This record gives sequence, C-alpha cells and structure tokens, in this order.
Amino acid sequence: MSRFSKSILALALVGASTVGFAFENFKGVGRQATPAEVKAWDIDVRPDFKGLPKGKGNVERGNELFEEKCASCHGSFGESNEVFTPLAGGTTKDDIKTGRVKGLSSGELPQRTTFTKVATISTVFDYIQRAMPWTAPKSLKPDDVYAILAYLLNLQEIVPADFELSDKNIADVQKLLPNRNGMTTDHGMWPGASAKKGGIGNGGIPDVKNIACMKNCKPEVQIGSTLPDYARTAHGELADQNRNFGPIRGTRTLGPEAAKKAADAGTLELATKSGCMACHGVKNKIVGPGYNEVVARYQGQPDAESRLIAKVKAGGQGVWGSIPMPPNAHLKDDDLKTLVQWILAGSK
Amino acid sequence: MGDITKQPGRLRPAPENFLSEDQVQAVAAGRRDFLRKSFLAASAAMAAPLAARASEGDPNILNLPSWSTSLGQPVATNPYGMPSKFESQLVRRESPGLARVGGASVSFAPLQGLFGIITPSGLHFERHHQGWQDVDPTKHRLMINGSDDSLLKKPKVYTMDELMRLPSVSRIHFIECGANTGLEWGNVAVPTVQYTHGMLSCSEFTGVPLKTLLEDCGVDYKKARYVLAEGADGSSMTRTIPMEMVESGEVFVAYGQNGEMLRPENGYPLRLVVPGVQGVSWVKWLRRIEVGDMPYATKDEAVHYIDLLPNGLHRQYSSIQECKSVITTPSGGQTLVEKGFFNVSGVAWSGRGRIKQVDVSFDGGINWQTARLEGPVQNKALTRFNINWVWDGKPAILQSRAMDETGYVQPTYGQLRKVRGTKSIYHNNAIQSWKVVESGEVTNVQVL
Repeated sequence: MSRFSKSILALALVGASTVGFAFENFKGVGRQATPAEVKAWDIDVRPDFKGLPKGKGNVERGNELFEEKCASCHGSFGESNEVFTPLAGGTTKDDIKTGRVKGLSSGELPQRTTFTKVATISTVFDYIQRAMPWTAPKSLKPDDVYAILAYLLNLQEIVPADFELSDKNIADVQKLLPNRNGMTTDHGMWPGASAKKGGIGNGGIPDVKNIACMKNCKPEVQIGSTLPDYARTAHGELADQNRNFGPIRGTRTLGPEAAKKAADAGTLELATKSGCMACHGVKNKIVGPGYNEVVARYQGQPDAESRLIAKVKAGGQGVWGSIPMPPNAHLKDDDLKTLVQWILAGSK
Repeated sequence: MGDITKQPGRLRPAPENFLSEDQVQAVAAGRRDFLRKSFLAASAAMAAPLAARASEGDPNILNLPSWSTSLGQPVATNPYGMPSKFESQLVRRESPGLARVGGASVSFAPLQGLFGIITPSGLHFERHHQGWQDVDPTKHRLMINGSDDSLLKKPKVYTMDELMRLPSVSRIHFIECGANTGLEWGNVAVPTVQYTHGMLSCSEFTGVPLKTLLEDCGVDYKKARYVLAEGADGSSMTRTIPMEMVESGEVFVAYGQNGEMLRPENGYPLRLVVPGVQGVSWVKWLRRIEVGDMPYATKDEAVHYIDLLPNGLHRQYSSIQECKSVITTPSGGQTLVEKGFFNVSGVAWSGRGRIKQVDVSFDGGINWQTARLEGPVQNKALTRFNINWVWDGKPAILQSRAMDETGYVQPTYGQLRKVRGTKSIYHNNAIQSWKVVESGEVTNVQVL
C-alpha cells in the first residue's frame, strides 16, 4: 500500500468515527424537548438581553420586597457583611461617568461589593431570578426581579428614587454601570479561541515565565511572609488532623484550654454545616432567634434539652413569630444532642 | 532494639504517643539513649508480668495482640465499607472564617495524608453555592437547547436511563477550584496543605462526551461557539465553556466517579467534566446545556471568579488551571520526629496537559534536584512525585516546581505578584515553600 493510500485510509477512519456519532445512530435515546419544557428551564439572560422576560418594577416596590425577602442576609441597604459580602457601596458619580471603578486600582476600597465589580446588568438580573432568595430560589416573578434590581441600582445612586426599571430601559441602565468597562479577556487562561480567531482570550499565552534553573539559582533566599501565630492555632489541633503513625506527626498546636475553645469551634462548625447558622446567630436574630434568646427563654427549665431536641427535629412555628423553622430530620441524634447542649451552655 | 531506632527514618516502636514533647526535642537533638529507658518503662507499665521478656524485644511482637488471638468480624458487617476507626483524623474540613454560611462554603481535602493520585470520593473537596442536594436520578433530566433555533436543529431531553445507554468514556482528571491557594495571595494565612491546596481532588470519571450529545441534537458548530452549563440545584449554577474544548472530545457529562456513581456532594447523578479548567465550570447536578453565539457573563464569571489586576481591571473568563505542584509530605503543621531518611512526596498537575518534570529544592530554591514521577503520567490529571531526602536536623526550606508538556514552569511568588499583584484571589499557582526548623516542626512560609 502506498503512503498516499495509507493517509486516505486514515482519513476514512477518522471520517467513520465521526459518522459513528451522528444522531440517527442513537436510536431510541433522547426525545425532542417540548416548547413548554424549554420555556420552563431556559431562564438565562445574556449580556445582549436575550432571554430577558418582559416586565417592570420601581424602586419603592423594590424597597418593600428587599426588606421582606433579602434584608435578613444582605442588610436593609445591601450593605451587610454579616452573611455575604456587601452588594452595594464603593462607587462614585465619577465611576458612573467613566465606567471604571477607581477604588479598584487606588487601593482605597475596603471591600469589593457586587456593584464595584459587575460590568453587565444582565448578570444581576439573571442571578436574582435563578437563585434568590437564598432559601426559596426561583420564587420571584419577573416584576419582582425588576423592582429589586431597581432598588439596588438606586442604592448605588445609578438611578433616582422614582425610577421604574423595565425590559424597555434596562439597556440604557447598562450604559451607567460604574464598572462596565472594567473587564478584560486579554489573558491566557481562556481555553477557547483567541480574540484574533474570533474568540475572546489571547490564545493561551501565559503571563509569567519561570525557568527550570537547577544550580546556584539565586544568591540568597528571601522570605516574604511567615505563618502568623494566630493562624497557627486558628485551624484547631493540627496534631489531630494527621495520622498518629507514618513518616510524620501533626504538630501539637493547642493546650487543654485551647482544646476546649476548639471543641466550641467544632460545634459551631457542626451548627454551620447543619444549616443552623443560616437562620440563627449566636448573639443575634437572623431569620430565627439568636441562641442567646433561646437560652434566656429556656433557662432553668429542667426539660429544656429534651424539648429543644424535639423542636429542632420536627420544626415548628409560632414560638418566635410567623417564620417557620423547617424540620431537621437529617440530623443525627448524637449531633442534635451536641448542638442543643452547646446552645443551652451559652454557645460560642 | 537499639538497632531499630538507629535505622534512618524509622519511627520509634509503639506504644503510641509515649514520647512527651520534651522527649521529641531530645530525639531531634540526637539524644537517643533515653529512648531505651522510656521504652522499657512503658513496656513494664503495660505488661508487668512480662517485664522480664520486654527486654528481649517489642511487646507488640512478644505479646500477641487481640486481633491475632480472637475471631474477626463476618463479611458484609459494613455493607458499604468504611475506613478504619484509626483514620478519623483525615477528613474534609472547613477553614474557620472563610465563609459564614455552610451552604456557600468550601471543605478542603486532607492532602497531607493522601497517597497516589486518586482522591477517595468521600474526601473529595466540596464547594457549594447554595447547599448540596441529593437529586432523585429517576426524576433527573438533561435538556440540550440553543439560544435560538438556528444553532441547534433539535432541542432534546435525556433521562439518566438514556444517557447511561450511550457510548461511555472513563478518564482520570484533576479538579481544582479557581480559588485554591487564594487565601495566600497576599501573605501566609493558613497552616497546612489541607487549607492551602485542599480545593484539589482527582478522580476517574465516567460519562458521555458532550460532543456526542450536541451532535445528536444537530448542533451547528459554525454558529454555536459557546456552551452554557446549568445545574439543577437552588443556585442553578451557570458557566460559559468554549466550544473548542467540547469539539476536542475532552468535555463530558459524567455520572460515574471512581467506579461508583458520583457522590451527592459532587453532583449526583450528573455533572460536567471540563478537564484542565477550574472546578466552578464542572457544573454539578447538570440539568441543561445551551449552545450560543456569545459568552453569558453569568454571576460566577462576572462577579466572582474574576481576577483583579493591579490596574483595577478584572480578568474575565479566566478558566485554565496553570501548572502547579505542592509537597504534601512533609508539609505545614507536621513535625519530623526524627532525623534521617524521608521519602518527600507531593502532587503536580497542569490544565494544559501532562506533567513533564518536577524539581524539588531543600534550600529555598537555590539548588534543585529532579524528582521521580510515579506513572502513568496522564493528561490533566494529578501526577505523584517522590524524592529521597536525608534530614540532618538542620533548618531547611522545601519547595517543588513543576513543568508541563508545553514547557511552562511553575512560577515563584515574586514572579506572579509582579504581573498580578496580591488581590487576584483566583489562580494562585506559585511555588509553595515549607520551612523545617531544628525541632522538626514544618511551617508555611513564602519565598519570593
């Protein structure tokens, strides 16, 4: 066989394997999606506003909705840093003019908020619609999303207090976003085509270049940073995070007193992992009462522990207001007991 | 007996924890004579009647243990097997203060105690955006549609039954969160490799190439250059993936992980596998794929997972995990209890392909030696490296530096910060340094 015919054969084989994936061969697998099904799930909104539902909502209505559904996590003004990083703040009138948030480069910004970063208003609409509120995602109607977004834009002083946001004017608001010119895709970490070839990155060219030097690579070792003392002990007893056999041992980082603290932290971790801390604070009300309030109510009652265990397990409503506590059947009995004892002992 | 303790790198005989911290210091300082004394004392305390025999050797050998002299457990005592009760220390852990809500947090894999390249499924790191769900596979659906009708001939719905009938592939790939080592951009912040590098895992995944499904739906590759992947959980996480990666056949929808179904925390029953790309793009509980003609600027590529540069611009759609490595034994928060021989071991990986070489330094990067790579060395998978080391009891700084098949060499902190500053959060692939002091304690330091 000539070299030429070999390559023909190779091509034919490649062709055959491609044909092997053609759809008529997967008989009986998958079916056409109905228009109603696509409509039910295809909820994404793109930067060019494809997918944006029709609707409208004003700042005032947004304020009401935000207070009712969002403020418990984000604070009344989107300023809270308690549960999530702040939504609002950090931009200036000048930033709205230039489309670049100056605080990002000057280092004056204490913390990046959503509006100091986001360059596309579609992103915020899309996200609120698909994932908010935290405990009831996808429950907001399009008009609710418009209203909440209008309120956030007003907090950011992008639109006035009497503004009504709608599918008709959202493209105009895009032109006022403080960081709309703040993104670049000129980097090597986009795995697709480069901008030159119709894609968005630089084609995968790295921005740093080290060399594999082997001998006498530098005159001295320059230490930039060492582990601070607080960080050495902030992650619990490291001796207990390694095997007690093998080539090494975990370093013993805590004494007995610190071990008690670590046990508290462990229970806090358990409470967090179990979802308790999304609605309760140790010393503050979030959606449900703070643990300090729980202690105050049940103090001195001999059956407090067993009653609370039953309540946490089954859920309930009415003791602390109208917002129900969901049942927690998934909690192991041991964990439940640990959590309740920890709460009653004045959780820390 | 004295011979055992003199073998380099061997640990003292049990009983466990019978050395106090002072005694550990004494060993490190080379005073081995007391070992015999305390060993004898401990043996005597444990088995007084046999004290005379203890001088003849290790009581763990001379006195037969209960497991050698009793009946063991029957089969299927644990229908789904669990690790030994002695392994409880190595678990996924959160970093205190990193996140305030468990549903939008991270748990880190205990890299300090893992071997080889496969992460046990129960120790795979977790990152959830709105909590994890245990999705009923009989009710789970995958929908594929186009942002408009011209990009895809036939939008389709697949059940798990149907997806699992299609030709499958099984491949080993690493998955690393874009924010792995992100706590350390500015300075040392956390003590151990679990917290510096533990948003990293590697599994064998089994599933169907996305290309197969898109072609089954009649995709128009000329127009549809971007793919949106969407989850079925509350957050319905979305990310944009370039069609080039899908066309290459590398991207697949996976249901299998390490021979069993995916774990719920890892997206049961279906997740996207995007080799070499940061974990956030490996959408879990995958319910929908949309093909489109532009990137989507979703929340996790427009507000989070964007890399802040010193000039105030953010890099958007940064996705590839560049070449990186870390020594896991010994590593921060561990202590070498004796001088002598050690097998220094770690993992290397690259989002751009295979690992070509890993070099290790014991003097903070002045001199380097090439480590052994444990094969097979696979595309976009963890690669285990090992190197011999005899610790002489003097201070040392251990580093590893990986090179991938493109010739890219893992950078130093100095090189990385010069270009990207210290506030990027994401994509920190700098060379990690572990400092060893005379006491044997290993701590996290940054060498520029």
